[in-house]
Amino acid sequence: MFAATELNRKNQRTEKLVRILFVLMAGLLILPVLIILTTLVYKGGGILSIDFLFTHPTNGMTEGGILPALLGTIWLVVVALLISVPLGIAAAIYLSEYAPDNWGTRLINLAIINLAGVPSIVHALFGLGAFVIFFEFGTSILAASLTLAIMTLPVVIVATRESLQAVPHAFREACWNMGATRWQTIRRVVLPNAISGILTGVILEVSRSAGETAPIMFTGAVFFSPFLPQGVMDQTMAMSLHLFVVSTQVPNVPEDLPYGVALVLIGMVLIMNSVSIAFRMHLRGKKKW
Amino acid sequence: MSHNHAIDRRNLDWYIDKAVQVLVFIGGISAVVFIVGIFLFITKEGIGFLINTLDLQEFFGSPYWEPSDEDAPEYGILALMAGTASVTGLAMLIAIPFSLGSAIYVAEFATGKTREWLKILIELLAAIPSVVWGFIGLTIMNPLIIELFDVPVGLTVLNAGIILGLMAAPIMTSIAEDALKAVPDRYREAAEALGATRWQIIFKTVLPAAKNGLLGAVLLGVGRGFGETMAVLMATGHAVNIPGSVFDSVRALTATIAAELGETAVGSDHYQVLFTIGLFLFLITFLINLTADLIVRGIRNS
Repeated sequence: MFAATELNRKNQRTEKLVRILFVLMAGLLILPVLIILTTLVYKGGGILSIDFLFTHPTNGMTEGGILPALLGTIWLVVVALLISVPLGIAAAIYLSEYAPDNWGTRLINLAIINLAGVPSIVHALFGLGAFVIFFEFGTSILAASLTLAIMTLPVVIVATRESLQAVPHAFREACWNMGATRWQTIRRVVLPNAISGILTGVILEVSRSAGETAPIMFTGAVFFSPFLPQGVMDQTMAMSLHLFVVSTQVPNVPEDLPYGVALVLIGMVLIMNSVSIAFRMHLRGKKKW
Repeated sequence: MSHNHAIDRRNLDWYIDKAVQVLVFIGGISAVVFIVGIFLFITKEGIGFLINTLDLQEFFGSPYWEPSDEDAPEYGILALMAGTASVTGLAMLIAIPFSLGSAIYVAEFATGKTREWLKILIELLAAIPSVVWGFIGLTIMNPLIIELFDVPVGLTVLNAGIILGLMAAPIMTSIAEDALKAVPDRYREAAEALGATRWQIIFKTVLPAAKNGLLGAVLLGVGRGFGETMAVLMATGHAVNIPGSVFDSVRALTATIAAELGETAVGSDHYQVLFTIGLFLFLITFLINLTADLIVRGIRNS
């Protein structure tokens, strides 16, 4: 055995110190979330009840529940999904199965990155200029959901493309050798093998669109509405905007009300994300190739 | 008879195949159509003002933002740019060391279950909606800052900077982690064979090799901070002001649009100038994303 030299010991000390430093950094990143969640549960937990979820706000939104906002968010998210999921899956199939490696494909990829990177308020301006004014949808669920759909399209595209590309190329070749066309191969072999990955992406998109505020502010979501939305041309309240309204715009709101709204919103989003993560891990354990 | 039938069937499949190819191609180019659409529609709504009324020197050089003044409206975004820059700058000061540190820990030190859980927590952190972050700035950070630093207002550059730093850190962490993972193991093995310690391997070998990817991560973080709307609207104090310290309230470009668009009449000067700011934001983030993409693509190809 070699005796430990001074240099060795010094190196080991640095090593330990560095390790502790990095653990601390990771820890400090996680810690605020735990504090925040605890505070939200502590201050907002008391107001949560079945009544809170299923009654209308009353008395200038200082009392009552959140039913119209909750339903409104569901409307917005479902309509946005109906638009972005087919479009996103088509785009991902094109990029994964058809696209040649040329400047056109690079342009599409650049556009996807930019759709995800453009500020949400710019999407809101676009939604107002295009859907509300130019296409004359007015401030409606349709206009807001279109804006949301375009903004979250990259989430579906990226997740779907990844799960399509994870299907081994040999599967496709085997199918082509049987005389199947490209589409037959995609429909019967590639998509069934990738469907769970696609679903993971869709769940993530649900969570993303449920939390967005800026894109729906001027396109379809309103501060207050006494009615529940009946169709896609109606305006609606939404959870995210409701949180903004009760915490900044309405005077004399009791303290626990906005905490309750925040808790329901963050609960929806985190449950959705957890389901998506659990789903993904379950799949990884099950993969046959 | 059956022979003909077989041919017909093959033709039908062939046509379906072509039709699908066209359909998915439309899906593929939709992203390009939307990006071009965003640019065109925002320009269309703001172009009249941009050409006829706007004095670019005043727009970028004046700190006075009083668009709703009926006699002499002022359209200077200097203070708004200073607000956005100060908050984003502080956010990056916080997010860069933390996300780099976390990424190094997750990619190089953590193993097994710890690693899995850390990654999940970071992903969940990234999922918290921006309006919830704004709410946290308003209700938790605000009194905390007033108490800790003994200042009259807690809705300041400091508040929004911390919030934005926490928001940008998870996404920067996961991109930085990808960049570290992309460094081939043989680099680490070679360094280890030369007798380097873990820290020396990371500092002298892995980090330089992952330099571009890490830069890409920082740029995307900057883009994220730059474009954030609801959180900065709620946590900055929303006061037009060129900040002298982190304890000053400011107002961001994005937040200005969010707060004022609802009050303006469609087509008015005020309405159009907000679209001009939107165009400015679009172009800046486009440049940031383009640069980040080129840098990250650069490492993938080499």
